[in-house]
Amino acid sequence: MARATLIALLALLALVCASLLAGVAGLDARALLTSGEGWELIRDSRLPRTLAALLTGAALAVAGQIMQLIAQNRFVEPMTAGTGQSAVLGILLTSVLLPGAALPVKMALAALTALAGSLGFFAITRRLPPTQPLLVPLVGLVYGGVIGAATAYAAFQADMLQYLEIWLGGEFSGTMRGRYELLWLAGLAALASYLVADQLSILGLGEAVSLNLGLNYRQVVLAGLVVIALVSGLTVVTVGMIPFVGLVVPNLVSRVAGDNLRRSLPVTALAGAALVLAADLAGRLLIHPFEIPAATVIGILGAAVFLWMLYGRGSHAA
Amino acid sequence: MIEIQSVSHRIGQAQILTDVSLRLERGGVIALAGPNGAGKSTLLSLIARLQPLQQGQIRVDDMQLGQCDDRALARKLAILPQQVNASSRLTVRDLVGFGRYPHHRGRPTAGDRARVEAALAQFDLGPLADRQLETLSGGQRQRAFVAMSYVQDTDFLLLDEPLNNLDLAAARSLMAQLRQLADDQGRTVVIVLHDINYATAYADRIVVLKGGRVVADGAPAETVTAAMLEQVFGTAAPVHSVGGRPVVLV
Repeated sequence: MARATLIALLALLALVCASLLAGVAGLDARALLTSGEGWELIRDSRLPRTLAALLTGAALAVAGQIMQLIAQNRFVEPMTAGTGQSAVLGILLTSVLLPGAALPVKMALAALTALAGSLGFFAITRRLPPTQPLLVPLVGLVYGGVIGAATAYAAFQADMLQYLEIWLGGEFSGTMRGRYELLWLAGLAALASYLVADQLSILGLGEAVSLNLGLNYRQVVLAGLVVIALVSGLTVVTVGMIPFVGLVVPNLVSRVAGDNLRRSLPVTALAGAALVLAADLAGRLLIHPFEIPAATVIGILGAAVFLWMLYGRGSHAA
Repeated sequence: MIEIQSVSHRIGQAQILTDVSLRLERGGVIALAGPNGAGKSTLLSLIARLQPLQQGQIRVDDMQLGQCDDRALARKLAILPQQVNASSRLTVRDLVGFGRYPHHRGRPTAGDRARVEAALAQFDLGPLADRQLETLSGGQRQRAFVAMSYVQDTDFLLLDEPLNNLDLAAARSLMAQLRQLADDQGRTVVIVLHDINYATAYADRIVVLKGGRVVADGAPAETVTAAMLEQVFGTAAPVHSVGGRPVVLV
């Protein structure tokens, strides 16, 4: 376990170095030592972009893990169960109704609609039979689709369809100093969830076991939903929707590190950060000097892993 | 003592429990029996505040359900529900360790750890301690959950059909362990049992429910009779006395 963590950390470090060096503007390690321009490029663009990818990945992976524990289902995550779509709807409505609103206001409203969206999701899926675990993600997809359709209609009416694409397709090419810092809040929310790691692990054993152990079930669920909503709202506002991170990463980590969050949550955060950074890096390098959005890279990768999870060896639904 | 006073409960249109009043004294093994749908599990989950009380009152010692502190109750009463999440990748040791949660609230002491290790040994879980739950057989998993309820160290231990999916040997050894908890540690075990013969063999008292009402209550020899089986289960099964205990021939 300790060796695996060390290897993961080294891999992440290598990714960070590569991310700092890769881009359209030329930059090699030697120039850094001699010219001030290189540092400026790093400080204003490369470092913010790298940090944004790391924070987004870590926060999304943790949010996905929390959602899976609350739903008692390994196949849900905020971006494919209506939370992300609700956040987009929130931003759209804010942009239409309060066009002059500052970014933190937009973010707060996006988080609020995201919270409402996840509450709606859990209100619906509570009624599903526990013997049909695959119904939960399917209902989530339909639910997200309905909210997405309503959003698209609203955007069409307000003549804002082109903005919609920015929020729907997450990518990091526009990340600059001064435009990504809200993501630290998302990272902080994910970090805070580690303080209740035990409570969240117990949540994963179900409502009855939670109540039996004297856990304030509603309060812990609500705290989890707030983390999910904050992470969804903040990432959608700053970089756009990135699907599958919250789905794939917790599942893969759970296979290796188990379900005791006190041990597995840090691994989940690290792996999520590495995945999103790697996807962003691949998007920057594959058709250099053009870029593929990180969300697209992860969408392709994530769909393949998801299928493997569903049909591959040792798949467990609930 | 658990004191149940005129508790009634509905789920939707269905009346599950009607005016149930019971006093469950401290110590011993008390079995809840009755046909499917009699309200046994509902009664158990109401005692363990897994569902809110609709009508009536339940007191656990001096604590009034619905008004007392959840954490304090979790140190007095433990329940093992019927359906538990079987696909968890928690290790057995972690799971049993969560049984101490009401005592340490996330910061286990050396004493908590020692109790967990002792429980692992007592329930023969030592060799399985580092295995994940989803890799265990049904019986092993059940044992792990019982061990978790055990380390919760409560005066009252409620179990909802713990013998489901257990083979003869596992079922007998679990019942023997519960018997021992009652005899040696003075704990009160309230257990929903489907098989009347396990109830007559291990329980001190059998409470029989039918249609949401208590229809028989007392020592096994008094309650389990051919007439009761006919009335409650609607089946004419002969009852013989073997070694002082009534045995239902099936």
